[in-house]
Amino acid sequence: MITECPVPRPEKERILLGHGAGGRLTAELLEQTILPAFGGYEGPLEDASPLPGLGELVMTTDGFVVSPLFFPGGDIGSLAVHGTVNDLAMRGAEPIALSVALIVEEGLELERLEAVLRSLGKAAQEVGVPVVTGDTKVVGRGAADQVFITTTGIGKRLPGLSPSAARARPGDAVLLSGPIGLHGTAVLSTREGLGFEADIASDTRPLHRLVAALSPLGDRLHVLRDPTRGGLAAALNEIARDSAVAVVIDEGTVPVPEPVAAACDILGLDPLHVANEGCMVALVAPDAAETALAALRSFPEGSGAVRIGDALPADGHPGRVVMRTAVGARRVVDMPLGEQLPRIC
Amino acid sequence: MKYLDEYRDPALARRLLDELHRTATRPWQIMEVCGGQTHTLVRQGIDELLPAGMRMIHGPGCPVCVTPLETLDRAMAVAARPGVILTSFGDMLRVPGSRTDLLALRARGADVRVVYTPMDAVKLAEEHPDREVVFLAVGFETTAPANAMAVLHASRLGLRNFSVLVSHVLVPPAMTALLESPECEVQAFLAAGHVCAVMGWTEYEPIVARYHVPVVVTGFEPLDLLEGILMAARQLEDGRAEIENQYVRAVRRQGNGEAQSAVARVFQVTDRAWRGIGDLPRSGLELRPEFAAFDAARRYDVDGLHSAEHPECIAGSILTGARLPTDCTAYGTRCTPRHPLGAPMVSAEGTCAAFHAAGRVATAATTVTAEGASS
Repeated sequence: MITECPVPRPEKERILLGHGAGGRLTAELLEQTILPAFGGYEGPLEDASPLPGLGELVMTTDGFVVSPLFFPGGDIGSLAVHGTVNDLAMRGAEPIALSVALIVEEGLELERLEAVLRSLGKAAQEVGVPVVTGDTKVVGRGAADQVFITTTGIGKRLPGLSPSAARARPGDAVLLSGPIGLHGTAVLSTREGLGFEADIASDTRPLHRLVAALSPLGDRLHVLRDPTRGGLAAALNEIARDSAVAVVIDEGTVPVPEPVAAACDILGLDPLHVANEGCMVALVAPDAAETALAALRSFPEGSGAVRIGDALPADGHPGRVVMRTAVGARRVVDMPLGEQLPRIC
Repeated sequence: MKYLDEYRDPALARRLLDELHRTATRPWQIMEVCGGQTHTLVRQGIDELLPAGMRMIHGPGCPVCVTPLETLDRAMAVAARPGVILTSFGDMLRVPGSRTDLLALRARGADVRVVYTPMDAVKLAEEHPDREVVFLAVGFETTAPANAMAVLHASRLGLRNFSVLVSHVLVPPAMTALLESPECEVQAFLAAGHVCAVMGWTEYEPIVARYHVPVVVTGFEPLDLLEGILMAARQLEDGRAEIENQYVRAVRRQGNGEAQSAVARVFQVTDRAWRGIGDLPRSGLELRPEFAAFDAARRYDVDGLHSAEHPECIAGSILTGARLPTDCTAYGTRCTPRHPLGAPMVSAEGTCAAFHAAGRVATAATTVTAEGASS
């Protein structure tokens, strides 16, 4: 008979999967552990940063560990290009060059690696960005899961554009370029065999064309953000926090495809928390909203663009995101804590 | 796929709310039994649109919340054994036990896996004959049939490395216990639609008759809840106490016979300690003696653990609807979804988590209560 629980007291905090999920746990890890190690950092955390002294050049880096490697709508190779191109685009930049670093697990079938690389090469070609450098490492079986990819991108800002998560102003129109929830539910459904694979495909795609289409807006384009990990809820919370405004959205206007809504209902997920890889949030000056929507809708990847809400004065609650619900009440849209779906990108 | 939008239609919702405002003349207090219903009410803000003074009391129907602390401590003790794969629904992973939770245990090397159905756990046992696969079988009458099927399936396959840690609970005894309490303020119930889809509503007929309390079998979409509340309010206004079915698209009086017989084959009724509420006679399910070989508690001898709740947690009062999360001194400060002190802050169906996710703060909630008390 056991008289004492055999589990020892948690003597030290450990990294949980949720620390990598893009929600509050990730923010905590960044603020308390990662940033202090690099001498601290003031200001908003953006998708990409201007290079010091070379203001029109921006740089970003992104690691990809998605499981499974292949999922409806894409694979880790195309995702590695799109994710990095989109991070540059969210700062108003066109991609100039990519680097690709591979960490490959011993025993991976060469054919699978070739398929991933072919897809990566094709995606880069379609965007028109060269892969100019890279690195390859092989680790022992079990030390990685098949293949992990890190891509770094350098981009050049489009003239007149300097979107930032900190530039939202009260009165801004909040636009969304397309439906939400597809990527996260597609990956999860494939990995877990949930049976939604036929109805849901990832939205992974480059968004640089949409951003270029918005460039005539110039300074009236205030914020761009692609709602990847943590979903639309995290993206809006980050924007509201970094710009010290409130954001109000209407539940009825947020496009959630039926199969995504059904999958989320069954799994107990909130579509607002599910990751996307092919849509973006844009906050623009109110008089530019219609022009921006028309520009977005002129491309297939922006054909579903809609206005989902407005930025408002903080009114004592800077950083608050509120949703008007279908029945006419209001609720706070919180930053997701961790992520119910690990390893989605 | 038109089964979602039509139950979330804003114009219909408005019409039902208007009708409710015309109908309700007194500050009725209605309990929604199921945590899924609590979640919809709070997410949609329905409870804030009710006629002045009318109040929803959030019930004990969150399976994660009422799973006894001892069961969690046992699950963690089992998971810590070498060779064991502990499988569970995802919600259970962050629920604090006496000392830690399953997620933290996993980070320290225990093999804890999320499954979406107990059949996945059986499959894991088939695929890993060298490992012991244990499924944490919790929940109300809704999850019991699938868990029973898993045990029957494992039995047919002759699997020796599969077992279940059972802590099922039953709704009618909990309702009876609430009604017997001298502090009970509940005047009508919205019964949990999915529990009734399995069990039907014959079990509630004696409760309705004995306590003269209206019961409306209700679904989970916003319009379901609004209609259920309206039906309950009409009964209260008319002085009627009947069992009515709002969830006609899913529930029949006799329920699902096949599911019931699977449950009856594998499980038997037993006394159960509910987390935060206490011992309720004949309120749970345990494995029948002929399936004792699948009983993880027996297999691993994990009795005699010293379980202790966090002293600040008022989960018991939350689960019986006596107090609101915002009445708790730890709510939103020392107790958050990141560092939950008690189970209701963990599950999506937990009242504290539902309040926290919707950004409810103490001041707003106090106003709601004060209005309820004064009118």
